[in-house]
Amino acid sequence: MFEDMVTARYYEERLQEEYLEGKQPAFDISAGPIPGELHLAAGHEAAAAGVCRHLRDSDTVTAPHRPHHVAIAKGVDLKRMTAEIFGRRTGLSGGKGGHMHLFDPDVNFACSGIIAQGCPPAVGAGLAATKRNEDAVAVAFLGEGAISQGAFLESLNLAAVQKLPVVFVVEDNDWAISMPKERVSGVDDGSQRAGGFDMPGVRVDYDDATAVYDAAKEAIGRARAGNGPTLLEVQVHRRMGHFMGDPESYRPDEDKEAAHGRDSIERLAADLRAAGLEDDDLEEIRERARDRVDEAIEWAKDQPEPDPEEAHEDVFVNPPSGATTDEPAHELAETGGDD
Amino acid sequence: MAQKERQQAVERELTMSRAMVEAIAHEMRENDEVFYMGEDVADYGGIFDSTEGLLDEFGHDRIMDVPISETAYIGAAVGAAQRGMRPIAELMFADFFGVCMDQIYNQMAKNTYMSGGNVSVPMVLTAAVGGTYNDAAQHSQTLYGTFAHLPGMKVVVPSTAYDAKGLMHNAIRDDDPVVYMFHKRLMGIGWMPAPDGPKTPVPDEPYAIPFGSADVKREGSDVTVVTLGLHVHRALEAAESLADDGIDAEVIDLRTLVPLDTETILESVAETGRLVVVDEDYRSHGVTGEIIARVAEEGLADLEAVERVAVPDVPLPYARPMEDEVIPGTEDIETAIRSVRS
Ligand SMILES: Cc1ncc(C[n+]2csc(CCOP(=O)(O)OP(=O)(O)O)c2C)c(N)n1
Repeated sequence: MFEDMVTARYYEERLQEEYLEGKQPAFDISAGPIPGELHLAAGHEAAAAGVCRHLRDSDTVTAPHRPHHVAIAKGVDLKRMTAEIFGRRTGLSGGKGGHMHLFDPDVNFACSGIIAQGCPPAVGAGLAATKRNEDAVAVAFLGEGAISQGAFLESLNLAAVQKLPVVFVVEDNDWAISMPKERVSGVDDGSQRAGGFDMPGVRVDYDDATAVYDAAKEAIGRARAGNGPTLLEVQVHRRMGHFMGDPESYRPDEDKEAAHGRDSIERLAADLRAAGLEDDDLEEIRERARDRVDEAIEWAKDQPEPDPEEAHEDVFVNPPSGATTDEPAHELAETGGDD
Repeated sequence: MAQKERQQAVERELTMSRAMVEAIAHEMRENDEVFYMGEDVADYGGIFDSTEGLLDEFGHDRIMDVPISETAYIGAAVGAAQRGMRPIAELMFADFFGVCMDQIYNQMAKNTYMSGGNVSVPMVLTAAVGGTYNDAAQHSQTLYGTFAHLPGMKVVVPSTAYDAKGLMHNAIRDDDPVVYMFHKRLMGIGWMPAPDGPKTPVPDEPYAIPFGSADVKREGSDVTVVTLGLHVHRALEAAESLADDGIDAEVIDLRTLVPLDTETILESVAETGRLVVVDEDYRSHGVTGEIIARVAEEGLADLEAVERVAVPDVPLPYARPMEDEVIPGTEDIETAIRSVRS
């Protein structure tokens, strides 16, 4: 768990550096080696690490627009994910998806940048497991801002009435871009949403990875045993702007400071020390994580960019014949259109 | 006063977002029934600056941040409009229409018709459109064709600050539902540099640009280029560069897709005989096909050659070389203009 968390944190620090290259001094979202939006998850690591520890490759995870920490914890290929974020041909999706759309079928990981829209496919994965009598489970990650979405509420209901092996994990970082939680939800504790669907709702406070681990163990165990879904809300915090380049002028300074004062990684490190691990052991883990991340980033940057023509591939697995795109100008004069 | 003269009479230049906001603020001052609802429109000022500064003047009651629940708040705008208010609801990215499409095309767009004209829905739905910054397939679409295809809503696509203000005044005053689609790249946002064109002189006083009046942004006698949004500026650039080679292209900015000003297009094609239609939306079953069909129906005899430039039918890819390949650039437009001339 600790290793997943420090890997994710360091990974994003490195991505941030790379992202800002070419975007300074004036921030231009389309400049530099990584264009487009970039949502970093610093402060969210405990949720992903604590939950994914209990998952196998055959279990499904759907992640939202802020996916890297979840992908790392689920075991998505780090090099190919990085190449994808850099828009390279050897990336997970050949450069077509980018940072919000990471797909790694080897470990059953998928993403969507549309809020809460990963929930129904997770229900579908749970349905497939049930129909086939497999003990696989599915986990949908979403933010606390996403719990107002129809897709989430409908998914809770479908999973509940069908008793499907699904765990919904809400990462509560208090903010949905500029909207504080009290303005988007009538309840402070989002796990209360579970009550209306007669499923267990559990909340874990204070970025506590160990407590997430314990709660997820129970929820995933229940799902695997055929006892239906659980809604698990985890308190995390947002250390940065919503996306890179977000000036956060809407956010009170005290709130930013409070977020920085709470660090799930430090908290877990303290727990591990209390359990007998030496600082050297922890440093060794950090070192290993840094090496792995640096290697992935170097590898990714060396990869070739896709050819422009590759844009036309992959719309279909089985492309229809005669699909037309760029045809030459039609000279109507020759075909009788001109009198 | 004609538009050109009025524009020349003022020196003050605004970005497209400032111009939009100015019209909204004016209408809100005039009419208490106008209010604005959306995600991050209050304290943030709109992700694309579409409501920048409005919170200060109008407060949270009239510039309303809402939960991420497009079905609920766009549907609520429909309901409030049916009670006679004049809501403006913002769908942050047009790409998100999927989560709330029923409220848009079954409720907002059809209630007037299904009620036999007894119910009106005087609301504006604003949405950001467009790519060119590598945000991939779920955040880069223009979808002009989709909205224009479904009957019952007027569809507005400004390309300059002057147009943005005049069209917004008209949109808020219109008694029908209006979809107002602004291209992110034209807004003049700090983090997404705009081309030169969209920042224009904008008069202080309110003025309404009627829907269904296309604007000839450049006069020319050889080829008619019909386009909208960001691609007006790309087409103008292409026309300027071809002028050096003696090709004189006329550039028509549609400004509204519904209603569509077929007349201006036909008049131009009658002069030039050659038509190029440029769109940042998908190629098939969309705007380019519609324009060509109308010219074929009503002006076939004038038509000597035709070409369309649009996004081939693929979702917008993320990586830069592929995004550049599919979104029409100035050179693609130049090539098309040359090709209808040869
Ligand atoms: C359907 C839809 N509406 C709006 C958005 C724009 N959007 C992207 S992230 C976001 C806020 C999400 O907040 P939350 O779910 O709390 O997750 P966090 O970003 O805090 O991790 C919004 C409104 C979107 N991507 N999809």
